[in-house]
Amino acid sequence: MELGPYLVLATLEGAITAAVLALTAVGLSLVFGVMRVVNIAHGEFFMLGAVLAWWIAQSVAGHPAIGFALALIFAPLLVGALAVAADMTILKRLNYDPERTIVATIGLLYIIQQLTLMGYGPDARPVEAPFNTRLAIPWFERGAEGWQMIWPWGLGTTTYKLAVIGAAAMILCAVWALMTRSRIGLVMRATQADREMALAFGIPVERVYALVFGFGAALAALAAVLIVPIQQAHYLMGGDPLLLSFIVVIIGGLGSLPGTVLAAVLIGLSDGIISVFFSPTLAKIIATLLVALVLVFRPQGLFGGRRT
Amino acid sequence: MTTPKTDPANGLKARVTGTTRRGALSTLAGGVAAASLPMWARYTHAQTAEPIKIGFQVHRTGIGAAYGRWYDRTTQAAVKLINDGGGINGRMVEIVAEDDGTDPKRGAEVVEKFANQHGCDIGFGTLFSHVVIGSAPRAGELKLPYFVVSEGTHVSSGMLNRYTLQPGITDVRSQVIAMAPFITETLGKKVTMIFPDYGFGYDHRDNLAPAIEAQGGEVIAKIAIPPSETSFTKYFPRIPRDTEVLYHVMVGPAVLTFVKELGEFFGGRGPALFGFIDSLEAVTINSPGLEFLENTYFWEGMCRHQQSDESPHETAYRAAVGVDGRGAALNDGRDVSTYAHMFGCWETLHVIKAGMEAAGYRGPKDRAALIEAVEAMTDMPESLAHPQGDKVFNGKTHQVFGHQNISRVEGGKLVRVHRTSIEDSVYPDAVDYTTRPF
Repeated sequence: MELGPYLVLATLEGAITAAVLALTAVGLSLVFGVMRVVNIAHGEFFMLGAVLAWWIAQSVAGHPAIGFALALIFAPLLVGALAVAADMTILKRLNYDPERTIVATIGLLYIIQQLTLMGYGPDARPVEAPFNTRLAIPWFERGAEGWQMIWPWGLGTTTYKLAVIGAAAMILCAVWALMTRSRIGLVMRATQADREMALAFGIPVERVYALVFGFGAALAALAAVLIVPIQQAHYLMGGDPLLLSFIVVIIGGLGSLPGTVLAAVLIGLSDGIISVFFSPTLAKIIATLLVALVLVFRPQGLFGGRRT
Repeated sequence: MTTPKTDPANGLKARVTGTTRRGALSTLAGGVAAASLPMWARYTHAQTAEPIKIGFQVHRTGIGAAYGRWYDRTTQAAVKLINDGGGINGRMVEIVAEDDGTDPKRGAEVVEKFANQHGCDIGFGTLFSHVVIGSAPRAGELKLPYFVVSEGTHVSSGMLNRYTLQPGITDVRSQVIAMAPFITETLGKKVTMIFPDYGFGYDHRDNLAPAIEAQGGEVIAKIAIPPSETSFTKYFPRIPRDTEVLYHVMVGPAVLTFVKELGEFFGGRGPALFGFIDSLEAVTINSPGLEFLENTYFWEGMCRHQQSDESPHETAYRAAVGVDGRGAALNDGRDVSTYAHMFGCWETLHVIKAGMEAAGYRGPKDRAALIEAVEAMTDMPESLAHPQGDKVFNGKTHQVFGHQNISRVEGGKLVRVHRTSIEDSVYPDAVDYTTRPF
């Protein structure tokens, strides 16, 4: 394929990765920022979102859009509720101790993954997209009669893929508005800034923690519901998003939402473009190398402030 | 205890029912002695009561899970048939199944468990080539006959050992050389191939180019994709624009995504498609987004959709494994089988039965005799034991050869358009395992 169309396609593919990654990583970043909990089970909440989306979609008859719409609402809610329950029964009892919560969430990872394997099985299952029309993208080429428009095969995308990018952007704006413009956002930020002071001002910190943990998991689940019509639900699908989310969150700065989003776009696009031009393995190598460089030269991340 | 010994009328009764402490102890001691008799003494009837244990290495989890599910069902059905017919040498067959997680390291451990823990007579059933390659050396060390159902050319290439055999399914090299003439004559001469980035895919990569070149064609690009990949569009721009035929073979949980994205990428245009049905095993061809496959071609080991000229043996096989005319489970039309491959388990178990009977197999000390008996096999006529068709076994390379099918998608159905002869798929021996010591 020629360079130009190739680049367009790579950018589009990268944009989808970036969109889903941004949602997942924002969830992870929020949990760390507010609660100081490194949630290793975050990828499993992502996987659970996809599996629940399949379960909801296949149990609803009629047009695939109905099942998908229900999944879009209920899968994140269910996953969020599960995360709230995990917070109240496990993390709270560990007093949110940073080391012990890491071990606890590793345990949670295995429990969720193996229960899914036992209940849902080892197969990958598809969810039908609510709409999916292929859009061919034209290209301009200088031929014998000057510039002309051509439609090279291979250069195209689908309406659903574009919708994923749009939906992710909208959800991220909503999260931003929630954090900066709403009362609950103010409470979360207050808790993030100083837990003791927030307690002194009568903020129910434990309830805020449970809410944040649930919200973070729900964001991961929402990202999974968006991607599942493209990728299928599978019990091992949580590994990659977890790894990439950590890469993104470390590069962007733990707890910084704008940093996380920017890093997600950077990693997503570079993953798409490097994968297309060279190899997906090289894309992962470069992303990991970037993490190492950030950790050495700017440990707080690109956007993270220094903490004491 | 008061026993009225003086009463002759009650004497007999007293001796039968009366229990003395000494008597109870001696009975107990006798029971313990009987229970601790060695194995040989318990099965004094020429081992007829002891089952033949076949260790079944199955991909229950991991990327091969869909194949594992159907390999299991086929194996259970074949064992039921064999046991209903009197077993092997008068002994019942018992399947000892162990999940290997489609993981080579775990595969080797499972082989070890078969030999040392479960006391299996043989190992059987492995599919994914990296698991076979990881497990076979251990089977060789443990001197455990290891019957694989893998398609990999690693058996006949000489990479493995005398204890590893593949008598129930043909290998990739023979499949590829049988397909090449059809591809170049019917579809085009400039071929781009997409294959999974591990052992099985490398068999395709290494054997397709010479086979296509022998037909006057050319493989112009080779695109490797990891079998654990979940998104594929990013690989497709590497398909050169002058490609006439796209040869695709993919495995793993995301094969449906692979084929769907292939359709979205080309958008109804692009090169002719020739796929190995591996790209669609366990996936219904009527899935939304697969409409573009109409009029494209697939290799099939065995035809998933019931053909008009299906043999009675295959019909009986279909019923025994519980598969309908569309290749899906009888009780769940969405549960599509790995029909093009799983017959290998059925046929391999029947080869094992024939081999054990020819060798007069009685226990692990006859393992070498079993391998020699299988090595001595040649023609395997089409029968209920070989429902896929007749086959020829090559004892030197431990590999079986058989017919291959090419199907075209017509109205959402895979219709066979060509069946190759066995001779089409034969290649020179690369090894003679029979010269290697046991």
